[in-house]
Amino acid sequence: MSREQLNDRNVQQNYFQVDIADYPTTGWGKFKRVVARTFRGELFVGLWVVLREMIKFDIHTVRYPEEKMPIGPRYRAVHEMLRLWESDTERCIGCGLCEKICVASCIRMDTRIDEDSRKEVTEYSINLGRCIFCGYCAEVCPELAIVHGPRYENASEQRAHFVTFEDMLTPIDVMKAGSQKEFEGFGAVIPGSDESVKKTPLAY
Amino acid sequence: MDTAFFIETIVKIVVILTVFSALAGFGTYFERKILAFMQRRLGPTYVGPYGLLQIAADGIKLFTKEDIIPAGVVGPIFKIAPVITAATAFMAAAAIPFMPEFTIFGYTVHPIVADINIGILYILGIMAVGLYGPLLGGMSSNNKYSLISAARGASVFISYEVVTGLSILAPIMMVGSLSLIDFNNYQSGGIGSWMVWSQPVAFILFWIAAFAETGRTPFHLIANDHEIIDGFGTEYSGMRWGLFFIGEYANMFFISFVMAIIFLGGFGDGSALGALALLGKVAFLFLFFLWTRAAWPDVRPDQLMWLCWKVLMPIAVVNVVITGIVLMF
Repeated sequence: MSREQLNDRNVQQNYFQVDIADYPTTGWGKFKRVVARTFRGELFVGLWVVLREMIKFDIHTVRYPEEKMPIGPRYRAVHEMLRLWESDTERCIGCGLCEKICVASCIRMDTRIDEDSRKEVTEYSINLGRCIFCGYCAEVCPELAIVHGPRYENASEQRAHFVTFEDMLTPIDVMKAGSQKEFEGFGAVIPGSDESVKKTPLAY
Repeated sequence: MDTAFFIETIVKIVVILTVFSALAGFGTYFERKILAFMQRRLGPTYVGPYGLLQIAADGIKLFTKEDIIPAGVVGPIFKIAPVITAATAFMAAAAIPFMPEFTIFGYTVHPIVADINIGILYILGIMAVGLYGPLLGGMSSNNKYSLISAARGASVFISYEVVTGLSILAPIMMVGSLSLIDFNNYQSGGIGSWMVWSQPVAFILFWIAAFAETGRTPFHLIANDHEIIDGFGTEYSGMRWGLFFIGEYANMFFISFVMAIIFLGGFGDGSALGALALLGKVAFLFLFFLWTRAAWPDVRPDQLMWLCWKVLMPIAVVNVVITGIVLMF
């Protein structure tokens, strides 16, 4: 789309004035309105519409546990810890920025200096009961280690599930299969959004 | 009174009770399915094939749920009210011929519990007694929404009894009997002899009044979910609430039978085809109860009263007068 086209806001509009008759004031006027409404057959239009939908049988139900609606790439569900593509080791360097920025104070981590005098994460947990899923932890992470995953089903026997470092870390077999999903990020474009862009009609 | 008659009557009562209690359950299933299809949903699908066992699941739930009698209710009245609704619904069925008479093992069965000569009067009277279910349940519930519902129930039922009685008066004048079997025999000459052709106005009026009597959607004000919670059923739980439900659905079936017999020819000449036709008519009328629920909005209570006293009742009276004049000459 060229710039001229884009700036042209005189979009074709199909607005029209709805024909609303004045409210009847006299008794005779009210009577005429009742008679008109009674014999106009609007009730049968309603009956026909629902019957037509039943015959067409165009069911819109998503049978949830078997079928799922696709979710957007920006969706912020339960956190995940990603691994490095090169070495399959965890990306987290234990800098503690996520713990620092967390507005709900729900991230708790402990680190130590290991034998190679590198920082190593010993404890990492997110209290999902407090987490508000604001996404600051993923935004602040310098290594793209903690990200939001697409998993929004959090039913478990224990509230503490999903949220320890081992739970969040990409399983090594998934990593070996090369199917670790990167988080596309907070400005990610929803697939197919180009087609759904519409011009706002500004000329009234 | 001979023993055979006694046993036959008991068997008929048991059959009607069980069949229509089960049909009330199936009625909820059909309602959920058909409403769902009309609204592009699927309805119950998980319990059993096509969700059919949902009825059993609902039944188990209703039977095993705790029966709560809240503090502050008028206990005995609160407990008896659902029984009145269900009992009167089934009592009204006593005078309805569900099928033509048939012979089995050389014994002629009349599928009507009591062919009393005031049949239609009895049915209307007992259905009017059914008013006490919502009325007493709502008044004893110690809940303001239930009280509103009870007041609405009383006004709606009493008002529409007038329309029902007056609209059915014209067919009664034509037939000259109150027995539903006589009504059926009057129309046994095929489609052309159906009462709906000679009394279309009475049919429409009775149909409209049937919606008010059963409290179905265009007139679903007595238990109007979106403004007074469940009305008189708000404080009920478990099987007491279930009895209200069974009563409502049984009433829908029975009033469909009554309409089919009075206006749509009933079982006709009494052949097996006629019996099937009666079931088909009843099925259509029942479907229409569900259909309107998907399609039409509710009216306000004052509009309902307006419709009854200023529109339907005058039309019914005029219909009776015209029928009388035509019959006289």
